[in-house]
Amino acid sequence: MTVVESSHELGSNRGKVLRSLRSAPLGMLGLGMLVTMAALALLAPVLAPHSPTQVHFEAPFQQPLTVGFLFGTDDLGRDILSRMLYGIQVSLQVGLLSVALAVVVGVPLGLLAGFWNWLDGIISRLTDLMLAFPFLIIAVGLAAINGPSLTNVVIALGIAQVPTMIRVVRGETLRIKSTDFVTGAVAMNASGPRIMLQHVLPNCTSAIIVQATVIMPVAVIGEAMLSFLGIGVQPPTPSLGIMLADAQQYIGRSPTAAIFPGVAIAIICLGFNLFGDALRDALDPASAKK
Amino acid sequence: MGRFLLTRLWQSAVTLILASIVIFVGIRALPGDPALAMAGEEASPEQLAQIRAELGLDQSLPVQYLNYMGQILTGDLGRSTRYGTEVSAMIADTLPVTLFLSVYAILIAVIIGIGLGVLAERRKGRWPEWMANFAALIGLSVPNFWLGILAILWLAVGLGIFPASGYVEFSSDPLRSIYHLTMPAFILGASIMAVIMRQTRASMLETMQTDYVRTARAKGLPPSRILLRYGLRNSLIVVVTIVGLQLGGLISGAVITEQIFGLPGFGRLTLDAVFTRDYPVIQAAVIIVTFGYVLINLVVDILYSVINPKIRVGASS
Amino acid sequence: MSTMTSETQNPTHSGELLLDVQNLHVSFGQTQVLHGVDLQVQAGERVAIVGQSGSGKSTVIAAVLGLLAGSGRVTDGSIRLDTGSTDDAGNPRGEAAFEELTELPESGMRRIRGNRIGLVPQDPSTNLNPSMKVGAQVADALRAHGMRDKQAINNRVVELMTEAGIPEARRRAGQFPHEFSGGMRQRILIAIALAREPQLIIADEPTSALDVTVQRVILDHIQSLVDERGTSLLFITHDLGVAADRCDRVIVMLNGQIVEQGDPQQILTDPQHEYTRKLIDAAPTLSSAKALSQAGTVTESQEGQPTEDAILVVENLVKEYRLRGTGGGILRAVDDVSFSIPRGTTTAVVGESGSGKSTVAKIVLGLEKPTSGTTLIDGMDINQRAHRKILRRRMQPVFQDPYGSLDPTHSLERLIDEPLRIFGIGNKQQRRDRVAELLDHVALPLSAAQKRPGELSGGQRQRVAIARALALEPELIIADEAVSALDVLVQDQILELLVDLQNRLGLSYLFITHDLAVARELAHHALVMQKGKLVEHGTVDEVFLNPQQPYTQDLLEAIPGQSLAA
Repeated sequence: MTVVESSHELGSNRGKVLRSLRSAPLGMLGLGMLVTMAALALLAPVLAPHSPTQVHFEAPFQQPLTVGFLFGTDDLGRDILSRMLYGIQVSLQVGLLSVALAVVVGVPLGLLAGFWNWLDGIISRLTDLMLAFPFLIIAVGLAAINGPSLTNVVIALGIAQVPTMIRVVRGETLRIKSTDFVTGAVAMNASGPRIMLQHVLPNCTSAIIVQATVIMPVAVIGEAMLSFLGIGVQPPTPSLGIMLADAQQYIGRSPTAAIFPGVAIAIICLGFNLFGDALRDALDPASAKK
Repeated sequence: MGRFLLTRLWQSAVTLILASIVIFVGIRALPGDPALAMAGEEASPEQLAQIRAELGLDQSLPVQYLNYMGQILTGDLGRSTRYGTEVSAMIADTLPVTLFLSVYAILIAVIIGIGLGVLAERRKGRWPEWMANFAALIGLSVPNFWLGILAILWLAVGLGIFPASGYVEFSSDPLRSIYHLTMPAFILGASIMAVIMRQTRASMLETMQTDYVRTARAKGLPPSRILLRYGLRNSLIVVVTIVGLQLGGLISGAVITEQIFGLPGFGRLTLDAVFTRDYPVIQAAVIIVTFGYVLINLVVDILYSVINPKIRVGASS
Repeated sequence: MSTMTSETQNPTHSGELLLDVQNLHVSFGQTQVLHGVDLQVQAGERVAIVGQSGSGKSTVIAAVLGLLAGSGRVTDGSIRLDTGSTDDAGNPRGEAAFEELTELPESGMRRIRGNRIGLVPQDPSTNLNPSMKVGAQVADALRAHGMRDKQAINNRVVELMTEAGIPEARRRAGQFPHEFSGGMRQRILIAIALAREPQLIIADEPTSALDVTVQRVILDHIQSLVDERGTSLLFITHDLGVAADRCDRVIVMLNGQIVEQGDPQQILTDPQHEYTRKLIDAAPTLSSAKALSQAGTVTESQEGQPTEDAILVVENLVKEYRLRGTGGGILRAVDDVSFSIPRGTTTAVVGESGSGKSTVAKIVLGLEKPTSGTTLIDGMDINQRAHRKILRRRMQPVFQDPYGSLDPTHSLERLIDEPLRIFGIGNKQQRRDRVAELLDHVALPLSAAQKRPGELSGGQRQRVAIARALALEPELIIADEAVSALDVLVQDQILELLVDLQNRLGLSYLFITHDLAVARELAHHALVMQKGKLVEHGTVDEVFLNPQQPYTQDLLEAIPGQSLAA
């Protein structure tokens, strides 16, 4: 046949996408992980048995399953479970904010670069420039200028993801721009902005969503990494990365303290990766056919 | 080819100039007045003005920028405010460690990643694919520094197979040097390996379904030839692009890997400088990483044009 | 000439059975797609399988080659190939010995593929390895079956490519596929298929992706190469005309079954199955060929003075493109083209790819600016801002690909009323009523209004595209290959709809097509374009029955099915 189905058709078959998602057990497992982690993060104030910053000098290095400290305590006797719940909150918060930043900056730039040729060169150079600074370097630079903070982490992680978002959206825009339905809209006297908002953007949506599920785990790991190095979230705010950095100091005495926070990060990221894979397969039937 | 190369070189140059402006502006934005820092709190306005003139701070910003670029291009990166040593010498000491670690990690990631990706495609729907997919998902989902901590806990402290930390000069004892870096390189390469594996598998699934692979089969070619010359060769075109995009992550990963394994590398130098507010060192690190990254991407693009005949010939005609 | 009758010119037709397919059943997963296919090919015979997409014709050959995709497998039946008359190296052995291909292991099939059965695949743009020199790809076919001597391989590659009609074969063997035109790539694929001199060549729609004049040359070439060697040919096509022209026997397939087979003359003149009759009636190639051969019975055209009441007047249109990377080279895509369309009539612009016909359509639609010359619609120029908005109401496009021309995220209602919303016409209820009316015009149920294009078939989508084009009550429709992507039966229905709408609404059409037969069926006037120039211009009957230019004559001769229409 001479005719090929276009690859991303979010709106045309929402029902099909949902059905395909529901029949992907791994994707559902991932979604389950995410829902659980999100619930834990939101309910942290209710669920946490202690304040995350409350020290118990009388009870440092408690092993897991100790009465009152389900996951044990750290070197200062702080409850590891409570710190983890709040740490997950920070992880997800940073992840969402970074994605939001990448979307808010990347999507319009990608649309413009793909839609108007004369802007493409300028935006491409801008993309190259942003790519020249790995996120750790941005974080180092921001930490040097402003001192380390959660805002810096979000900015560094968000900016680092903007170039890929621009590329994804630009590529989709170029693809959509060359379709007959856009040519048809031009011939029917539709204006440029109208075409961009009514035709191009809706058809980019699935690619943007898929890219967001790719960015989320990268941002969550990135936050933990920066906090681990000490240039991210600052104590006493609990962060999974800081917990790992602390635990590394006394890993010989209490190895479990280095395990639980890592597992939490892994579950969040695994959840996004599994769900993202299933979503991509559901949105793009061509990639799912094996 | 020549035309493509020229365009690409020009783009890299533009990026480098823009990046250097960003860095220069960033340095201006650093807190504290360098003249005041040098002269001390009690300096008179005249003294301050004199130091400013010596440092060139009284000139216009564009002139200052040009002076600054002149210094960098002649290799003058200043002195560490903490140790008083030449920053260029400090970098010369530490950079080889990082480069060695990174190249080792990439080699591991590429070889194992492509191998597993091909295996997953060949054994699709059976346990090797599930295993490879699972390994890749873990590689993507587990932060590599945590993996590093676990590796130390289990392989070094528990089983004693690998040393937990330390570095041996390659020149003094190559085998021990490789041995010492093996665990860090695996940790550093893990997530890139995962990405390469997934990309290889995905592209292989696609290329092995193409018409030209079918036509190759219709010729009666043996499977090995079809796999390598028709399948993998075309899949690699995509994989190389992906590897290029991963290099930024490699730099970040190297910093944290050095931190965990106590390697005397460039990453640790940078991090220490951040904590001690050793601005000349931070500045040098940012410049080197940025410029290095732009150059590496240029190399990747040229490599890409070599394996993709469409670019090679298309651009020359 | 392509129209030589095949039976008489087939000296090696020995009548011995070569391929014997019995009761073949193939399933993909749980779905059975072939329901008991029987087919025989004799040594030196040319057999055509005709059917629409989805008829299972490609599945038959995939099963024969053991190359069923994905979950496909043979569930019942047998495929036997005579491999006895020669050994694997091609030396005669004397006695027939059939091998059961369905029971051969993969390694056994490798011995058959390429060596015993050569495949000429469908689409030359996707069937060559893009990262491998073409010579090496031909050489692979030789090496696969034990040829090792490098020098001998190289010489044979050049020989094969030359035979396949590739000039300067030694130099071009070192080039990559993307440096070749579609026709040249197909020749490379033919060289690959013939490399081991197999007893059977399977050609799977080998020219459907090529231009009509190229098609004929390639088919002639395959035919002569096959005849020279006494090779059998199994030819897959959707075009009954091509099949009838070129083969000794025609097999018609529908829904995974053979509905009719026999002598081409008999199939065309006395079809037994209803489906075959439908195919023959719908095939524009055949009807126009019939009309061509009945010269003299010309229906009088209503052509008067072309410019008197012309809706579209194109004068001295030129479009130049600067070629990239050649240091200022210029391509004249449209070279001094003038014509006009009388109101209420259809003008077809006919030409092959690269002729500039689509560029003309784009310029008329105001999607491209002409380098010089004018296109006036009712005396107004679309490139003037003041006229643009008015003209874009009076003129609407319909495009080729019904999958690409409708935004998949919008409902049909939103798609059809988009022009109304752009021009701010009517309120919500009025627009809704208008959509209902338009759906009725194109014979789609009102209940479809909330569906999305993904839920429709190709023909239904094209109806939606037409409904949308009618929304603003335009006078002129620019249709760019509007039926080319559709199966022949659907194509026929859409053409009928267009004619019906023209009669009811008094529309004028500018109809761009590569298919002369379609032009013949629909248009009042025809323009023939070649390399940007207008080479012939007149009423359809003038152009088709009395072509003045050699190029037009070439094009007309390339229409298949003429041998049988006489």
